[in-house]
Amino acid sequence: MIELTINGQKRRVDAESDTPLLWVLRDDLGMTGTKYGCGVAQCGACSVLVDGSVMRSCVTPVEAVAGRKVTTIEAMEKDAVGAKVVEAWVKHQVPQCGYCQSGQVMAATSLLKQNAKPTDADVEAAMVNLCRCGTYNAIKAAVRDVAGLEAKA
Amino acid sequence: MNLPFQTPVNDPVNVSRRGFIAGAGVGALVLGFGVPMGAARAQGAAAKVVPGTRVPAFLAIRPDNTILFQSPFAEGGQGVWTAMAQIVGEELDADPASFTVENAPPGPDYQVVFGQMRITGGSFSVRSSYATMRKLGATARAMLVQAAAQKMGVPAGELTTQPGRVIHKASGKAMTYGELAPAALDMPAPANVALKDPKDFRWIGKRQARLDVRAKSTGKAQFSIDMKVDGMLHAAVQHAPRLGQTVGKIRNEAEVKAMKGVHSVHVLPGAVAVVAERFWHARRAVEAAQVDWAEATGETYRPMPADFSTEAFAQYLANYQGKEEVAETAGDMAAGFAGAASTVSATYHSQFVNHAQLEPPSALARYNADGTLDMWFPNQAPEMFLAEIAKASGLAPDKIHIHSPLLGGFFGRHFIYPHGTPWPQALELAKRVGRPVKLIWTREEEFLRDPLRPMAAVRFRGALDAKGMPIAIEAISVTEGPTEGIADKRAAKLDDAALEGLTGKKYALPAKRIAQVFVKSPTTLAYWRSVGNSMNDFFYETFLDEMADKGGQDPYALRLKLLEGNVRLTNLIKAAVDLSGGWKAGPFTAPDGSKRARGIAMASPFGTETAAIAEVSIADGQIKVHDVWQAIDPGSIVNPAIIEAQVNSAVALGLSEVLIEEAVYKDGLRAARNFDGYPILTPDRMPRVHVRIVESGAPMGGIGEPGLPAVPPAVANAVSRLVGKRLRKMPLAGFA
Ligand code: FES
Ligand code: FES
Repeated sequence: MIELTINGQKRRVDAESDTPLLWVLRDDLGMTGTKYGCGVAQCGACSVLVDGSVMRSCVTPVEAVAGRKVTTIEAMEKDAVGAKVVEAWVKHQVPQCGYCQSGQVMAATSLLKQNAKPTDADVEAAMVNLCRCGTYNAIKAAVRDVAGLEAKA
Repeated sequence: MNLPFQTPVNDPVNVSRRGFIAGAGVGALVLGFGVPMGAARAQGAAAKVVPGTRVPAFLAIRPDNTILFQSPFAEGGQGVWTAMAQIVGEELDADPASFTVENAPPGPDYQVVFGQMRITGGSFSVRSSYATMRKLGATARAMLVQAAAQKMGVPAGELTTQPGRVIHKASGKAMTYGELAPAALDMPAPANVALKDPKDFRWIGKRQARLDVRAKSTGKAQFSIDMKVDGMLHAAVQHAPRLGQTVGKIRNEAEVKAMKGVHSVHVLPGAVAVVAERFWHARRAVEAAQVDWAEATGETYRPMPADFSTEAFAQYLANYQGKEEVAETAGDMAAGFAGAASTVSATYHSQFVNHAQLEPPSALARYNADGTLDMWFPNQAPEMFLAEIAKASGLAPDKIHIHSPLLGGFFGRHFIYPHGTPWPQALELAKRVGRPVKLIWTREEEFLRDPLRPMAAVRFRGALDAKGMPIAIEAISVTEGPTEGIADKRAAKLDDAALEGLTGKKYALPAKRIAQVFVKSPTTLAYWRSVGNSMNDFFYETFLDEMADKGGQDPYALRLKLLEGNVRLTNLIKAAVDLSGGWKAGPFTAPDGSKRARGIAMASPFGTETAAIAEVSIADGQIKVHDVWQAIDPGSIVNPAIIEAQVNSAVALGLSEVLIEEAVYKDGLRAARNFDGYPILTPDRMPRVHVRIVESGAPMGGIGEPGLPAVPPAVANAVSRLVGKRLRKMPLAGFA
């Protein structure tokens, strides 16, 4: 048994210590907002926050987060920064298929939690998740909006 | 795209409107129109259904005035559910924002693509069903008005509607649609309804917010991979490295069976599967399996040869001499070349590419105690899969329930592809273990079995007159089309999807000859966003620039001349140039000191016309695309915001194709099976995208795919100009 703190709640799961957090979330805890895209830390669809920093849960063994705070997309609307990000995503109509967007929202929230006033370079450095639907410009516009950066043509 | 499929139409249905209500799966929630085509089908009777006409099959208006709409089309990011709500809502006089949309189950009512089939593809959805869906909304409105007339005891002619309500102005009476819906069911559907004058449109043509955006921004949107049912087991597979190989022996089967969480180990055609309580256990175990693969024997579907290499195949295509089957011809080619002041010839190449939709394919199968079967899986054509599943399971179609969740991207991925989808394996495993099974293909298994966009080598010849104007063009494409590739046999006529984009060009060249030389591809093939146009416009438009260079012509001026008299396309290319701030080919030095150039290209895909301009530079040995300007003329439109988003999306995919992607085989094996070895466009390589929508009033064209084809050639033309040498192969190489 491993004890985890997920979105502020204590959860106990019966998983081997090297099981990726992604599959514990999806299969053991039934939290399917966090997505599987590649399993090898390439795409970012599986992004979650661990103690406020973004991590790719497909390559994060569950034992590594024991005793740490895990936050997933399911909690974003109740998170002060996360809620702003979600509203910006709606305002800028970011998602297309939507499959990558949980991870994108998590990456943006992590950035803005650590740096409320990121520069363009900070945004570019942080927002590296893949989107096959090509929503990159909308993502950038939404993050810049929350960051208070001026709209660009 | 052509229409490759014959749709199996289910047994016609004729049930009373009350039948819809009685069987309503949506049950107590819905007091208005009801939907349950699955249940209705079971009562099967005999009248012929005219697709898209029976209001109750599509619309349920709830007491709170919200509307549940059964969509004939799958939503995979292209925005079609929102477009449907706008179109139906417009004529129904109901706010699209009050709609909830679901993917309709299989049924004859939903064969609304030109009134005869149901696919989500070919950029057909809106353009093929626009009139039908408007009429559906207007019919529902008329039924509600009649119901109100009865309830209020006034002539229907005195009633009007406001969004969601029927109004009697004289008395000031009003009733909501939700109140009227139960009675409206008993009203006869009028044979003829008047449609709105487009100038009165309230929602069509406007920037309506998408209905699915919040759910997709909060992790609530559910895809096939997220489906879960009671008692479900998980499965993972390991495929044979080469298609056609079979399982000889699992050398360590006992150990695999003993691994943690494993329920059972299975030999399937061309694959080993492990079923487990958790997907992670299934995956770990199946990847631990040491399998001796046996070579294919007898008839098998497109077996992969052990010595296949894409590099050698490209050379083979370039040099192969075979029968030239002419798809399009005009003028006197011989005279054109005989009288030419100069000629130019060159061979161009495209590559195999993966769909790489971000959601890996999965399938959930559940056999039920009552002899029925439920299946959940990503699909672009429920009825076609229903027919396949009926065959595979031996069950009658009315015992099978197909569920089609949101698609995590598709781009052509979710049609019927032999050996290219997990549902047959999930079905078989569920049968063997006697419990529901969800099978997920890992990204590695997906890239191994994803059927590919075809590869081609195109041999061009061009003739120019003394003024440097093109007077004849010949394009011989050595390739296999996707339709003939999927069917694994050639049809009586040429596969349109092989050559579209070489054919159908609108430039007025006095003589042309476009032909295919068929060479079967050792890989499996598929439709890929914008299909033949995804590579053929690259070929044609870059060779056209090559002819322009030869004749000393500016590529924009040349295109304008070749479009003389074509008002629609002249306006369109001018709109793209205007959007870009005026034409300048370059090379020129940008304010940041970088040396840049621009390229221009056009395409006529899926009933829509496009013109694109790209500005590029080269930095650190890499092509940088700074801006893409695209003018798009789909004739008329439903939602400009969705069109802009789709053009952005198509630009990203087109850039990924022309700059980065290539599915490589060596010794019959895929060189890369995940995004580390098969990179796709990353955010740092996304240019600014500027879109201008032109509504020429021509018949409505598609939106999902047309934004792609002009992008690769615009970029290639820009880079060729910048480096002073023609680049003839995707992905672009040799420019540094
Ligand atoms: S699934 Fe974790 S990065 Fe792709
Ligand atoms: S929205 Fe489809 S992958 Fe990003």
